[in-house]
Amino acid sequence: MSVLVDAGTRVLTQGITGSTGQLHTRLCRDYGSQMVAGVTPGRGGTDFEGIPVFDTVARAVRETGANASVIYVPPVAAADGILEAIDAGLPLVVCITEGLPVLDMVRVKRVLDQSRTRLIGPNCPGVITPGQCKIGIMPGYIHTPGRVGVVSRSGTLTYEAVYQLSQLGIGQSTCIGIGGDPIVGTGFIDALRLFQADADTDAVIIIGEIGGSAEEEAAAFIRASVTKPVVGFIAGQTAPPGKRMGHAGAIIAGGKGTAAEKVTALEAGGVRVAASPADLGTTMKTLLEERKLLS
Amino acid sequence: MNVHEHQGKDLLRRYGVAVPEGRACFTVDEAVAAAEALGFPCVVKAQIHAGGRGKGGGVKLVKDVAAARDAATAILGMTLVTHQTGPKGRLVKRLLVEQGCRIARELYLGMVVDRGVGRVTVMASTEGGMEIEEVAARSPEKILREIVDPAVGLAAYQGRRLGFALGLDKEQVGKFVRFLGGLYRCFTECDGSLAEINPLVVTEDGDLVALDAKMGFDDNGLFRHADIRELRDTNEEDARETEAAKHDLSYIALDGNIGCMVNGAGLAMATMDSVQGAGGEPANFLDVGGGANTEKVKAAFKIILSDEAVQAIFINIFGGILRCDVLAEGVVEAAREVGLQVPLVVRMEGTNVEQGKRILADSGLDIIAAGNMREGAERAVAAAGRA
Repeated sequence: MSVLVDAGTRVLTQGITGSTGQLHTRLCRDYGSQMVAGVTPGRGGTDFEGIPVFDTVARAVRETGANASVIYVPPVAAADGILEAIDAGLPLVVCITEGLPVLDMVRVKRVLDQSRTRLIGPNCPGVITPGQCKIGIMPGYIHTPGRVGVVSRSGTLTYEAVYQLSQLGIGQSTCIGIGGDPIVGTGFIDALRLFQADADTDAVIIIGEIGGSAEEEAAAFIRASVTKPVVGFIAGQTAPPGKRMGHAGAIIAGGKGTAAEKVTALEAGGVRVAASPADLGTTMKTLLEERKLLS
Repeated sequence: MNVHEHQGKDLLRRYGVAVPEGRACFTVDEAVAAAEALGFPCVVKAQIHAGGRGKGGGVKLVKDVAAARDAATAILGMTLVTHQTGPKGRLVKRLLVEQGCRIARELYLGMVVDRGVGRVTVMASTEGGMEIEEVAARSPEKILREIVDPAVGLAAYQGRRLGFALGLDKEQVGKFVRFLGGLYRCFTECDGSLAEINPLVVTEDGDLVALDAKMGFDDNGLFRHADIRELRDTNEEDARETEAAKHDLSYIALDGNIGCMVNGAGLAMATMDSVQGAGGEPANFLDVGGGANTEKVKAAFKIILSDEAVQAIFINIFGGILRCDVLAEGVVEAAREVGLQVPLVVRMEGTNVEQGKRILADSGLDIIAAGNMREGAERAVAAAGRA
């Protein structure tokens, strides 16, 4: 089954005529995703390499039956793009855009919480179910279909983990980049809940980083509600306090949100934490062997 | 982005928040003139982007012209060391001269975006003048909170609830509600990330005044606030961080000797961790970003090399949107332009990795290749040890 996206997912691109939107719509289509529509206000009636373009999300959904949206519009318009997608009733919205003002996300989250939409991101690489559907900017070829779920706040560090898994012959069910911003649509707990319920996911890798307390909350959730084996990693053990480490959300504030606290919490939750990011794949392999989950 | 106290207070004044009258001064003579105009007693305050200035000797109450001159002379040009500046301290280049006020009570008032609930949260406490983190650790029950529904905005009843809980009388609660309303409007209209009024003073006359003001703004929101962007004081930033920001690079200076160049914030942090794991210390955090081109990679490389502490460079790239060949070209060009004096370790994976490796191999540069992140970190640390 996998989670969130599969071969039946019909994707529309918001911001399809921008350079990023064009490039990644093409790459996702080449990967095998069903890219059914694009939206750029004022370009309705045209097409992008055969993909019809509409003025509004509502119209695109009505005419193409799209059931997921991916957003590449610039930060100034991204929150509005998410709101439009929620309003159109799309069950899944993936916002790749980096640099959304956090107060824009405060407003989006208010609307999101009362909707049927699940938002992934912003500031994330997207979601992929290997071999079926890729929504986002991750390099498709490093992924292998399989039974390990991956959830992460970081893009390239996710690629690192996935690459290691694939090198070891361990495939992935679905990989979810939840994004590096302080406020995101889908958190670790939501993703863990999906993986726990998914019959085709045997184990999960969770990749966190300094800042906030999402990892600590995830650890408590794992302890209480996740029976599948979980491998973890926290980036930023050497990060100085008070500095934003690239991601808007990656900051140790008031002595809180350190890597050490998060590692301790994850271990207390029963997560096998990799000491080095280079060990993510092998740590998972060992754990799968112990649990006799490796065929 | 953070601003100086006097800048934050100017902004708050525009939103009707009560702040003491004051002037920013850059010379001793300006400070003396400001003190005379404001009248005595007044306060001479060092303006740096760090707290704890009073304890470090950066704030002085003065009662006459001579004392004002002495205080301004002592503080301007001093290197102020506080618990927030680190041992190197900060050079004081500007002052705020401000009217004094007679303090009856000191309260704490703060505003942040609470990432857990995804909303703006107001924090207030009777423990004014103390660091809120300290209050949170010692007596968390003394911190009052109100979470603001963004669809409604800060409601007056929330202000009243806080005001009465702080022990204010009826008249003061009215002033508090107006004060808080102004602060909230300033925060939301200016894309604030942090506002801290510590202390918020109740004067002997029963007025409420922001005696100190610390304001921070969301970098992602600055595109719609040209006026706030102009408040940036590059004296308060590391010169290399300022240079990096110009090229849209995310760079943070650290104390080690292994320069790091990575794409992606998470991988960049993990790379620093790997360097430490291999027994070394990273000289910096540097995320060249996903959309990097040759020019950007060159700029990044030059910034790393401008740090004299750097004894080896570790480039760790997982090409996704950023292609390995683009990265390699940038590195080769930059190394040729600036001259590469330290060992360079490269670990590369992902999009167009073979082309990237070929460009590096054909360049004739002395490059140490690494197969994975750990190997790269170990080789960089070993190379720095030999340098």
